[in-house]
This record gives sequence, C-alpha cells and structure tokens, in this order.
Amino acid sequence: MKKKGRPWHFYLVALLILVFTFTAFFGIHSTYGDITTVYVKGAEDIRFGIDIRGGVDVTFMPDGEYDATEEQMAAAEEVIKKRLVSLNITDSEVYVDNNKDRIIVRFPWKEGEAEFNPEQAIQEIGATAKLEFRKGTSTEGELVLEGKDIKAASPAYGPLKDKNQNEYYIHLELEKEGTEKFAQATSELASSGGVISIWMDGELLSSPRVNTAITDGVASISGNFTSDKVVSMANQINSGALPFALSAESYSTISPTLGSRSLEAMVLAGIIAFVLVAVYMILNYRLVGAVASLALLGQCAATIAAISGYFGVFNSFTLTLPGIAGIILAIGMGVDANVITAERIKEELKTGKTLDGALNSGFSRGLAPIIDGNVTVIIVAVVLMAAFGPTDSVLAKVFTPVFGWFGAATAGTIYSFGYTLLMGVILNFVFGVAATRIMLRGISRIKAFRNPVFYGGGKNANS
Amino acid sequence: MQTAKYNFMAKRRIFFGISAAIIAVILLCSVIFGVQMDIQFKGGALVSLGYQGDVSISDVENTIKSQLGNGISVQAGSNSSTGQKSLTVNLPGAETVATEELEQLIATLNEKFSGNEFTQLETQNVNPTMGHEFLIKCLVAVVSACVLILLYVWYRFRKIGGRTAGLFAVCALCNDLLVVFGVFVIFRIPLNGNFIAAMLTILGYSINDTVVIYDRIRENRKLLGNKMPFEEMVNLSINQSLRRSINTTVTTCTALGVVCVVSVIFDLSSIFTFALPLVIGMASGLYTSLFLATGLWVEWENHKQNKLLEENKK
Repeated sequence: MKKKGRPWHFYLVALLILVFTFTAFFGIHSTYGDITTVYVKGAEDIRFGIDIRGGVDVTFMPDGEYDATEEQMAAAEEVIKKRLVSLNITDSEVYVDNNKDRIIVRFPWKEGEAEFNPEQAIQEIGATAKLEFRKGTSTEGELVLEGKDIKAASPAYGPLKDKNQNEYYIHLELEKEGTEKFAQATSELASSGGVISIWMDGELLSSPRVNTAITDGVASISGNFTSDKVVSMANQINSGALPFALSAESYSTISPTLGSRSLEAMVLAGIIAFVLVAVYMILNYRLVGAVASLALLGQCAATIAAISGYFGVFNSFTLTLPGIAGIILAIGMGVDANVITAERIKEELKTGKTLDGALNSGFSRGLAPIIDGNVTVIIVAVVLMAAFGPTDSVLAKVFTPVFGWFGAATAGTIYSFGYTLLMGVILNFVFGVAATRIMLRGISRIKAFRNPVFYGGGKNANS
Repeated sequence: MQTAKYNFMAKRRIFFGISAAIIAVILLCSVIFGVQMDIQFKGGALVSLGYQGDVSISDVENTIKSQLGNGISVQAGSNSSTGQKSLTVNLPGAETVATEELEQLIATLNEKFSGNEFTQLETQNVNPTMGHEFLIKCLVAVVSACVLILLYVWYRFRKIGGRTAGLFAVCALCNDLLVVFGVFVIFRIPLNGNFIAAMLTILGYSINDTVVIYDRIRENRKLLGNKMPFEEMVNLSINQSLRRSINTTVTTCTALGVVCVVSVIFDLSSIFTFALPLVIGMASGLYTSLFLATGLWVEWENHKQNKLLEENKK
C-alpha cells in the first residue's frame, strides 16, 4: 500500500502555520521616514467596536410620524456621512433601514480628543441640513432659495440644451414659491453672466453660472461632473429639502476611558484560555494534543485574519468584546474535532492496531460527529448574524422574510460574536481537521515519533 | 465483550429527579424574583457618570431630580479595577432622555459640584417601540434557530434512533435553555441581547453532544444487535463517549471560565453576564446529553417492552 504522508508534510504545514500566525498577529509594515505602509494587516489594524474604543451608537428617525421615501432616506444618509467627515470622524458605520425609516450610525470617539461630549456630536449630526442658494460666490451673497423652495433634485445623464455632448448633470425641480424667486434672480443674473452658489451647512457645493433666465421651475446644474459627484450632490440638495428633521430616538455612548482596559483584559483572557486548553490537550493526548494545539493556533490566527482584512479580498470586520469572547469560545470548541480523533486513535491502539491503521480509522470514523457538531453551530451563528447585524448586510437580506419586519438591533455588539463564532467553526475544518491530519500523518513518518506511546497507546503496543 | 465502567442508567430516575428539581427552582425563582428586562428590550434610559473626589450622593441626587424629574434613582459604585467612582442614574419605566437634557444635566452638575469633575461614562437610551421590536426580533431569531435545529434533528435522527429519540434530545435541549434562562433570573441579570446570544449558542452546541452519544448507541446496536438489553447498551455507549464528552466540555468551559474570571477582575459586567450563562449552559448540556436524553430514551424503550410483554400475556 502506498504510504500516505511524508515527514516534510509535517514540517511544511507547521512552518506555514507559524509564519501565518506571526503575520496575522503582527502584520507586515514598513516604515520609511514618517510614512508607515501596511502590506498585510495585523491585529493592531483591526477596527475595534465602540464598546472597546468608546464612541456613539445612535438611531435616527424622521421626527414625528413622517413616512419618508427611499430617496429621502438616502438624502438624509448623505448628510449624516458628510457631517461625520466634517467632524473628522473617518471610520464610521452608517446604514439605512428603509423598512423602518431609520438610520443607524456608529462611530468611535476620536483618539486624543480631550472632552467626551457625544450628545453634542449626536445633535450636530442629526441637525436639519441648511441648504442655501445665494447670489455670487460668497456666503454673504443675497439669498435666492432655501431648502423648502426645492422640490427635488435628481442625477441625470444626457445632452443638455445648446450642447451635443452627453454629460452628467443635476436635474432640479422647484416648488411654486421657489420658481418665482428663482425666475427673478436668474433673469437678473443671466444678462451679466452672474453666478449662483449652492451652500450646504455653510460649505460650498457648487457655483454654476447662470446662462439663461429660468422661469419654469426646472433647472439643470452642469460642470464636468462625474457620475458619483452628481449622485452625491443630488442627495445633498435633497437633504436640504427634507420635509422632516432627524431625531435621535435611541442612542448609547461609551466613554473611551471605560473601554480602554477591556481590550487588554480580553486579550489576556484569550492567551490564558489558549495556554490552558493547549496544556490540557498535551497532557491528555501527548503528541496528538501538541499537534492539535498548533492547529488551534492556526485557527486563532485565521480568525484574526478574517477580522483584520489580512487577505485584501475580504472586508475587515468590526471586533467587539462579545466578538473576542466568540474567538475564545471557538478555542474551547475547536479542539472537539481533535478530541474525537485522538480518542479514536487511542481506542484503536488499545485494541492492538498498528499506528498507521489507528490513524486511518481515527480519521475516517471521527469525521461524521465533527461535521454534526459544526453544522448546528453554523446554523445558530448565521441566525445570530442575521438578527443582530446591519439591516443591509447580505445575511439580513437572505433572512428578510423572517427579520425584515423588525427594525435594527438595539444591541450592536453581538453581530461580531456571530461572525467570530462562524469563522471559528468554518476555520476549524481547515485547521482542526485538514491541517491536523496532514501534520499527524507526516509526523508519524518521522522515526523518532513512531512510538505509539506518543499517540496515547500503551508502551508495549506493536509499532 | 466490552463492559461499562459506570452504571449510569440504573440511576436514571435520580437524574430525572435532579432535572425536575432544577426546573422547579428556576420556575419558582422567576415567579418570586420576577423576570427583569433590559433597556435594550423594554426601552428607557440609563446614564452612568464618573466623578472625582468625594461628594454627597443625596445632594447630587436632588440636583439630578430637579433636572430629570422625581422618579429617577441613583446608585453609587466604583470600578474594582480602575478605581473610577461612578453614579448610575436610572430613569423610571421606559422614559427616555433627550441629548439636550443630558448635556444640560452634566453642565449643571459641574457647575454645582465644580471640584468633582463629573464626566459621562456610559449612556443607554432606547426608544420603547424600538426596544419592543428588537425583543420580538430576538424571539423570532430564537424560534427560527429552533426550527432549523429541529429540521436538522429530524433529518439526522432518521438514521440514529428514530424521531422519538430525537424528541428526547429536544427535551434535553429545552432543559439546557431553561438553565441558561435560570442563570439570568437567579443572578438577577436583566434579559438582553446577551441572553439571546447565549440561548442560541447553547442551542447549537448542546444538541451536538447528544448526537455523538446517540450515534454511538446506533453503532453499538448494529454491532451487538439483540445480544444486549437496550439499557445496558445505552450505558455502554455513554461510558464509551464519556471521555470525549467530558474533555470537550472541559476545554470549552475552561476557555469561557477564564473569560468569566478576567471579566470579574476587570469589572467588565457586560462580558461576565454573557460568559457565565454560557459556562453553566454548557455544563448543563453535558449533563443532559449524557444522562437525561439517554435516560428518557431508555425509559421509553422499557415502557414499550413492558407493554409488549403485557399484551403477549393476555
């Protein structure tokens, strides 16, 4: 019979796991002067949740019983995003729940910010957008239109009047009162080639030249725009014309000082848990336990990689305290596959089987219960992610018939737990099952490790 | 022929008794203590303020009352790991506090007690409608996970012991879920998102232990056929799976136990109230899958056998 496994299989897999673990935890960076380039993201590049970094989780709703359209919600989202940027908050999460007309915003508190005043930030983000059309190019110019004068703005593409070329532009419709005011102002400005500037919360959006007098209340704004630019500008103009204010119906804030030690604590817990489980496995299953511990290390590293965005193709995920608990839980659960296999190998060795025979039957008979256990945990992890995750995530969409009727979760940190649990279980197949097998077969070919004692067999068993 | 080391099945009635007693205690406690709901579910507001130095709690309480109404309650505490002194303000019922009010409150406190540097540590403010919706969403999540797990059990147990055996596995599972619920009730932890996450995790984790043991029973049935009475065969299967079941639970509970201990030392109550129910739920899962799910099955098979014998006598 052809022998399965070679010693170098063991060395190669073990080395790969160690290298992977090292890079997954520490990342690959290079520093040139003041510029640090991240080639591979490590654990410190993970985006931590607000329960660790401190921050704000707020749900905005249109004030009163207003039933907003999808366009209006998109416009409101645009305003919120813009304000977050102007508050210097760059890594926020904003998502819209269109079924329930809600906008959920999560952002961490800026590092080094002396005063923690999340209420002020919430008020600034949710304030009604102030849209102004003014004559000339300064905020001092005479006011032409306000938010309430505008009916709708929409992005458009096509040839404009007097031009043959297709281009992106914004199609603007005005209310009755706005039409009159705009007609008056444009007739005045068109003769002199004047400019009307559009301001949002005191920030200049665009300052188009007035070419002709516009009297029918329909205008187009053009000027070498890209498609993204017109979409975003149309949303911004719409947001200024929103007929409702946003109110912070639910919010939770956590001070950065409160969360600062929690990360240390959980990392410490993770290390202790890993060491204890590894020691337990090695004491119980000797060499098989040692190999299992190595595989477990790989599993942890891969979970970290799945969160940090180690592989560029996968998005990074926000890691919260329950998320870290999920990783630690997966450490404990992950060795189940190894326990089942190791117990089988032990049993088979006791009945007098050879080492190779024992390994073979240990592997083949252990697979069914391993799959069983993992399937049920995958089911609950997926349900957890769908119920607690953002309402626009892929899983939430799959489960829309079930969860679509309800709003977003008011507990934002559990989503991360579902994710780490799911990853832990899936990666358990890669490391706890596949990698362990290759390593065990390989190591069993190394002369020094041929003695069944290393695998939990008796001293006198035939080798 | 292999013989079993421990005769668990002879004591199955004792295990039924223990389970019944645990369930009774949990139900009794939930009636006596009542089941508390977290703000996440019922809506309401909770504000935690940090301060320096010493301050008269009743003075502060009166100031807060003048701002947020008379119904509030104030609780003083300090973080055992950082030494940060704190006051937790609870609003009555499902009343919420607007961001402006909160900003005003902290400004007023710092004006009146200028030496104490009041800062906010944590705020939770949930609109009651959203809270209720979230509660229903959570219940739907639990129900849909249950349905999926039941489908899995139904499919999986066609091969290993039939649907009745599957039913007993589900009984054991219900016992575990009730224990998780019991931890929240007995430790007076308000039910929140963590509760749902713990329930679902146990749901997925616990059934697995039972499946492994039932699988072993099926294997032994094939191997030993009718040579061995059912009770003895189940007992043998339990003994054979014992090491695996215990080792897996020990590693999982160790990992989570470490989280529990660390969360107590560092005063991370949100993690403690998550890890503790999981540890206890998993320990319960070990117990129920080893003894309860199997014991009930043996009881059922014996009952069937006796009925058959009686009918034959007639």
